[in-house]
Amino acid sequence: MTLDAEFFRRWMAGTAAAVEADADRLTELDSPIGDADHGSNLRRGFAAVAAALEKEPPDTPGGVLALASRQLISTVGGASGPLYGMLLRRTGKTFGDAAQVSVAEFAQALRVGADAVAQLGGAAAGDKTMLDALLPGVEALDAARGEEPRVAFAAARDAAESGALATVPLRARKGRASYLGERSVGHQDPGATSSALLLRALAEAAAG
Amino acid sequence: MRMLINVPETVVADALRGMAAAHPELTVDVENRVVLRRDAPVAGKVGLVSGGGSGHEPLHAGFVGHGMLSAACPGEVFTSPVPDQMVRAAAAVDSGQGVLFVVKNYTGDVLNFDMAAELAEEEGIRVDKVLVDDDVAVTDSLFTAGRRGTGATLFVEKIAGAAAEEGAPLERVAEVARRVNGATRSFGVALSACSTPAKGSPTFDLPPGELELGVGIHGEPGRERRAMMTAREIADYAVDVVLEDLRPTGPVLALVNGMGATPLLELYGFNAEVQRVLSERGVPVARTLVGNYVTSLDMAGCSVTLCQVDEELLRWWDAPVETAALRWGR
Repeated sequence: MTLDAEFFRRWMAGTAAAVEADADRLTELDSPIGDADHGSNLRRGFAAVAAALEKEPPDTPGGVLALASRQLISTVGGASGPLYGMLLRRTGKTFGDAAQVSVAEFAQALRVGADAVAQLGGAAAGDKTMLDALLPGVEALDAARGEEPRVAFAAARDAAESGALATVPLRARKGRASYLGERSVGHQDPGATSSALLLRALAEAAAG
Repeated sequence: MRMLINVPETVVADALRGMAAAHPELTVDVENRVVLRRDAPVAGKVGLVSGGGSGHEPLHAGFVGHGMLSAACPGEVFTSPVPDQMVRAAAAVDSGQGVLFVVKNYTGDVLNFDMAAELAEEEGIRVDKVLVDDDVAVTDSLFTAGRRGTGATLFVEKIAGAAAEEGAPLERVAEVARRVNGATRSFGVALSACSTPAKGSPTFDLPPGELELGVGIHGEPGRERRAMMTAREIADYAVDVVLEDLRPTGPVLALVNGMGATPLLELYGFNAEVQRVLSERGVPVARTLVGNYVTSLDMAGCSVTLCQVDEELLRWWDAPVETAALRWGR
């Protein structure tokens, strides 16, 4: 398994498919503690990503993520467009012009991306945001950086999915849900859920 | 809810086409959703760019013109515009003196403008940002997204716009904008919810005989629901809440703003009560503006915004302005 441009295109196409399949669930989760548009916004964004990658496939991992980032930023709007755009942009930038990357390099780059999301959103672990899936995923990936991609990415997926589930009892401190205060408790965070989807698609791209 | 529209999907584009037809002094890019001063970029002048979800008209596009904004970026109804719009606007208005982004404090707006600032800087445009967060109804704490940006946006855009028109450099225009925001507080009241074109029905249920105190401008409920009050009682409540937070030590600008569906007859009557309370509290009023400026679609209700001014800020407030929604002195 080589983590080259083709792999990253598969990852993005897989994310688009996963978001398409789960769009209604994401919007459903966004209804009680948001404004009921997370699924439709991300579906529009990742559909644009898949179309752009098909049309003009970049030849480096960094190029794929940069193009995906641009599409998300210019089509999604709201808060999730810039946040996911920044995640992919900074992750991709860390790869530079490399034609392929190692699991260890991927882990390090994804951490840079997640840190950029934290900085942009002013959020930290436990604020009931996408970071609550992303950060456990990064930790698991880092711990498994000596493993094959298939094993390492599966570990990241599992950690992210557990992280998303663990947002249910949290009280939101960022974003629109934060206006709800205590009433945000008892709901799974839609952003953490979509971040888990992103890492699930990563594991599937490596599983072949 | 009956609406004067064709289909919900095209309301923003339709409004922009109509705005273009009514205002030949503006350049309206309907496809890319950017409204510009026709004479942009103005040589030697700092550019002022703002934007936000649609549904608050005349904010922001109605404030594009001489002495105020250089450009505005309207998003979908109650949805932040995307960075592409802001970068396009910044590039179009930058004369080489840099661009100030005026950003209302909502998570989506803040993030999109942050991204836009980074992208614009990569294109060689110098960018600074000012955050508008004047709504005292939201507690500003670590546990919320912070106070919302409402009526102060008009004061920031007018006063910083006048400073820019005079040739002040970017650092100075940004400092003036922050000073105005820091000296301004608002409080809003809803007598009815609003209906978004996409939903077609009221965003919350307000029974007859009740009102919402402390509403924002996106159809969200306020901080307290009470039995209907008179204009006199609402003015007492709203002005005191604002004064408690602002604690002015000098004269203020007063904006008595309609939410979209309250007649001017009522707004002027309400302003009489606002002026009475301010007089009773010993707060001198330098200038007053009454009308629908920062609206929430078809919401009925009003907001009170007070901005403490010194001589310099007052001079910039009085400076000539020529926009679709505000014009004097030229």
